[in-house]
Amino acid sequence: MTNAAAMKPDRPALPEWVRRLPECLMIWVPLLLSAAHLVSFSLWTIWISFTPSTLVPVTGWVGLRNYTAVAASRNWQIAFDNLLLFGSAFVLLSAATGLILAILLDQRIRGENVLRSVFLYPLAVSFVVTGTVWSWLLNPGLGIQKLVHDLGWTSFKFDWLIDRDMAIWTIVIAAIWQSSGFAMALFLAGLRSVDADIIKAAQIDGAGPIRMYRRIILPSLWPITITVVVIQLQFAISTFDLVRALTNGGPGIATQLPALVVYDLMFQRSLLGRGAAAAVLMLLILLAVLLPYAAWRYLQRRRASHA
Amino acid sequence: MRERTFAPSRVLIYLIVLLIAAAWLAPLAVVVLNSLRTNEEIAQASMIGWPKQWAWGNYAAAWSGFCVAETCAGIRPYMLNSALVTIPAMVFSTLLGAVAGYAVSLWRFRGDTWIYAIVTLGLFLPQQMRLLPWTIVLRDIGLINTLAGLVLIHTIQGLSFTTLFCRNYYVAIPHELIRAARIDGAGFFRIFWRIILPLSPPILIVTVIWQFTHIWNEFLYGVTFTSGQQQPVTAALIALSAAVADIPQHGVQSAAVIIAALPTLLIYVLGGRYFVRGLTAGAVK
Repeated sequence: MTNAAAMKPDRPALPEWVRRLPECLMIWVPLLLSAAHLVSFSLWTIWISFTPSTLVPVTGWVGLRNYTAVAASRNWQIAFDNLLLFGSAFVLLSAATGLILAILLDQRIRGENVLRSVFLYPLAVSFVVTGTVWSWLLNPGLGIQKLVHDLGWTSFKFDWLIDRDMAIWTIVIAAIWQSSGFAMALFLAGLRSVDADIIKAAQIDGAGPIRMYRRIILPSLWPITITVVVIQLQFAISTFDLVRALTNGGPGIATQLPALVVYDLMFQRSLLGRGAAAAVLMLLILLAVLLPYAAWRYLQRRRASHA
Repeated sequence: MRERTFAPSRVLIYLIVLLIAAAWLAPLAVVVLNSLRTNEEIAQASMIGWPKQWAWGNYAAAWSGFCVAETCAGIRPYMLNSALVTIPAMVFSTLLGAVAGYAVSLWRFRGDTWIYAIVTLGLFLPQQMRLLPWTIVLRDIGLINTLAGLVLIHTIQGLSFTTLFCRNYYVAIPHELIRAARIDGAGFFRIFWRIILPLSPPILIVTVIWQFTHIWNEFLYGVTFTSGQQQPVTAALIALSAAVADIPQHGVQSAAVIIAALPTLLIYVLGGRYFVRGLTAGAVK
């Protein structure tokens, strides 16, 4: 056991635990800090959500009162409706865009690498930058609408940014621009891993390209599709910076999202209990997505190991 | 190999791809062009247009001239803040994550699977669940409104990603290698230094790029835990657009946006392959 010490007789043998102390510290301190902060921070926020805390955290128990107050507030209701709309529209459209891009890039076209980089570069910039840039482009007095007017088509209208009913779609547009490339990268990897022999066999059988995609290639992509959808949903649920930079929740509170409500309650209205409750609600929404996904992954893995 | 033909369907494919690519590049092109137009020119026309006279001065003004919240030093101090947060946090979280990933994948110790499972849950826990506790922790240890506070947050939170990346990479290293080294008397650190680290460059590059991009682009913690002169550049950009809302200076603002986005864009251009690998590695958690 003390091999190393035995080989160096000139050095006095240290007790086992002292020798192993540095490695124990190096292993345990970072991992424990990380795990402890995750567990304790979550539990603490959950606990605060049941207390009457406002400006500062206080003890006490108000049951579900913070939750009912948040759920009954117009702010949260709008945020939740927006999340449903934004989440589904963004996830569907970005997955569709990503899939189309992946299929197009998979046609042995020239310059594939350059094109792939073009579709992926938005992922390298921050949502603040994306939001700011799109707020200029979509601003009717500055961006696309103004340009078209200046070109002579003065009845052209594209003012979603200031239209209460349509403003949420500006966030969908910017989010699609930012993260379709991600879906594309995953789909492309999936397309490249389709068994070449199956494709060759289908070609010999005389299957045309459309039939081949419908019958063989696309069905093999659905596990990747689920992964793409779950990751994009996770992003949609926690969207904050993009909205802050693009619409700041406006016009009015038309583009409010849960993450903005949490921030507003915690740091602008100093209602810590309600803010914590809203954060826990966000976590629950996330779990509603992630738990079925985890179960599905578990079943897949079990089936794979049994096969 | 298929022969290159000019079938109409091929032309159509190129047409569609190039059109979408143009749409994807357009926002960048618009901002770059605007950063070279004068504020007055943009105000008269629209945000979309070719510079009539090249206003290179926008960059100087954005870098060190214009005013955010009563201080007129441009975005230089905020860029510096971002660098002073991003680089240390990136180095610490990568190194600690590499050691932790090595420990849970190859060294193995009591409770390793449990603690690893909890640490990776950090990938999913919304930041909103940690905002209040971090506020209190930072206040209690006197790091609220400091760059060191942000470094601490990003180091600890980054561990979830870096440990996962490194662990998934290290599990492919044969255990016999470690076992043999242990029989020869090599300890935890010597094995890490002599065997693991020389095998690590591919995953360390992925991790460094991922962490840099992530931390540089982070906004929520920056805006929550710092204010005024201590803010990272993402928060400063938002403060800037709010500050100039009455008299927009779109030329200078565009230059500021380009400068703020430049570090991560450069890293993307230089290490694109690793960037994509990080994306997909993070996805297939």
